[in-house]
Amino acid sequence: MSWISKTFSSSIGRKIVMSLTGLFLCTFLVVHLVGNLQLFKHDDGAAFNTYSHFMGTNPVIRTIEWGLVLGFGFHIYEALMLTRRNQTARPQRYVANHSEQNSEWTSRNMGILGSIILVFLIVHLYNFFWRARFGTLDPDINQNDDLYTLVVSSFKQWWYVLLYVAAQASLGYHLWHGFGSGFQTLGLNHRKYTPLIKAVGYGFAVVVSAGFAAMPLYFFLFTDAQGHLSSTVAPLVHSLTLALK
Amino acid sequence: MAGSNPNAKPMNLTLNVWRQPSRTAQGNMVKYQVKDISPEMSFLEMLDVLNEDLLHKGDDPVAFDHDCREGICGSCDLFINGRSHGPEKGTTTCQLHMRKFSDGDTITIEPWRANSFPINKDLSVDRSAFDRIIQAGGYVSVNTGGAPDGNEIPIPKDIADRAFEAATCIGCGACVAACKNASAMLFVSAKVSQLALLPQGDVERKTRVENMVAQMDKEGFGACSNIGSCAAECPVGISLENIAILNREFLSAKATSNNLA
Repeated sequence: MSWISKTFSSSIGRKIVMSLTGLFLCTFLVVHLVGNLQLFKHDDGAAFNTYSHFMGTNPVIRTIEWGLVLGFGFHIYEALMLTRRNQTARPQRYVANHSEQNSEWTSRNMGILGSIILVFLIVHLYNFFWRARFGTLDPDINQNDDLYTLVVSSFKQWWYVLLYVAAQASLGYHLWHGFGSGFQTLGLNHRKYTPLIKAVGYGFAVVVSAGFAAMPLYFFLFTDAQGHLSSTVAPLVHSLTLALK
Repeated sequence: MAGSNPNAKPMNLTLNVWRQPSRTAQGNMVKYQVKDISPEMSFLEMLDVLNEDLLHKGDDPVAFDHDCREGICGSCDLFINGRSHGPEKGTTTCQLHMRKFSDGDTITIEPWRANSFPINKDLSVDRSAFDRIIQAGGYVSVNTGGAPDGNEIPIPKDIADRAFEAATCIGCGACVAACKNASAMLFVSAKVSQLALLPQGDVERKTRVENMVAQMDKEGFGACSNIGSCAAECPVGISLENIAILNREFLSAKATSNNLA
């Protein structure tokens, strides 16, 4: 079996694991974002709590969850191994290096961006995932755990919102390079399709990071402590809805 | 020292040069002044002027690599003002001319910096790691015998062109020097895709990519982050598409070759 371990410990082998896990995590982001859009429903969180109950108890989802753990685990592990290799490859830095003239900032700072996302991930998992799975939350009107109220109260704290928005900006930049880079590492480069893949990657980065960042910003800026539209915003939304009708 | 163009005004420059007496010695940046530099000189001719000055003063001249001075051999390898081969796109250091600089400029000159390219002296680096990678598989084995007919193996024009583009790599190492990770992937990919595209190279394509990547890793080069600084700095314009071809070749060779080691 030595050929397998040799393949995956080679520089290209590690990059291939990096890209496969990265692109898999992109699919997770889509599911997570679409599901969480239910936070914007004006139903006191009924739909969101039903959804989170399903995600926390469905055996298929619980099995895929382990795939997600492995995806994150390998992505982070390979990042560490590659970073160590890359740093040893140039022990002495240049006195003057104008890399900004030959490459994009995001592509050179994937490690820093990823580290910010990792810090966010730990805080995020503890605050929502851990409490929902292992803690005790009050039941909502449908007798589901009321995760919605926890979300709203969390997003009423300015430092928490700041962390979220900063993390989503990092995620956006990480995806800006990472999406297209994943395809290139897998050898999927073609003069017909690569411009399209890159364009989709840029769009994906903007939509995903803006979508996630909209959630804490919405609750912090536009709602009261119960998640209802605040009295200043409500009439505006009401008249807008009427105008659209 | 002004050149043949009477309108070319000679320049005075400050050079910030990496000096390192030997492979194991500690190096540092040293400032030099050069006067009456013609804008028509090449960068290397400007360094020749500096070295003549140093020799007249009885100082040790600055060691730097150069050979053909025509932009073909890939010997000249200077990291100028934070860029491989300096600020101009698509040139080697020998083809960079002083007209790209202005009177009074300070120019920082460093050697390629990579663990796999040890510094011989000053600006001269040992790039034999590249030779060892080529020796590991960057060739086509040819048996002796009668010379085959030139058109015996038909090759489509666009394939021949793409292989030729990859074959234009001069092995200067600008890609390694510019890469944040000191990765040699662009260099290796140029040779791998050149030979993988051609029927003559097809025979050894699996062992070639496996052995060349293994040697590349053994030499201690970094991994590719698809940053693209290598292709941006390459004097002959080797494209990132080659790295994708290398990844494809590597993956398919590892998955299908009979090599269990």
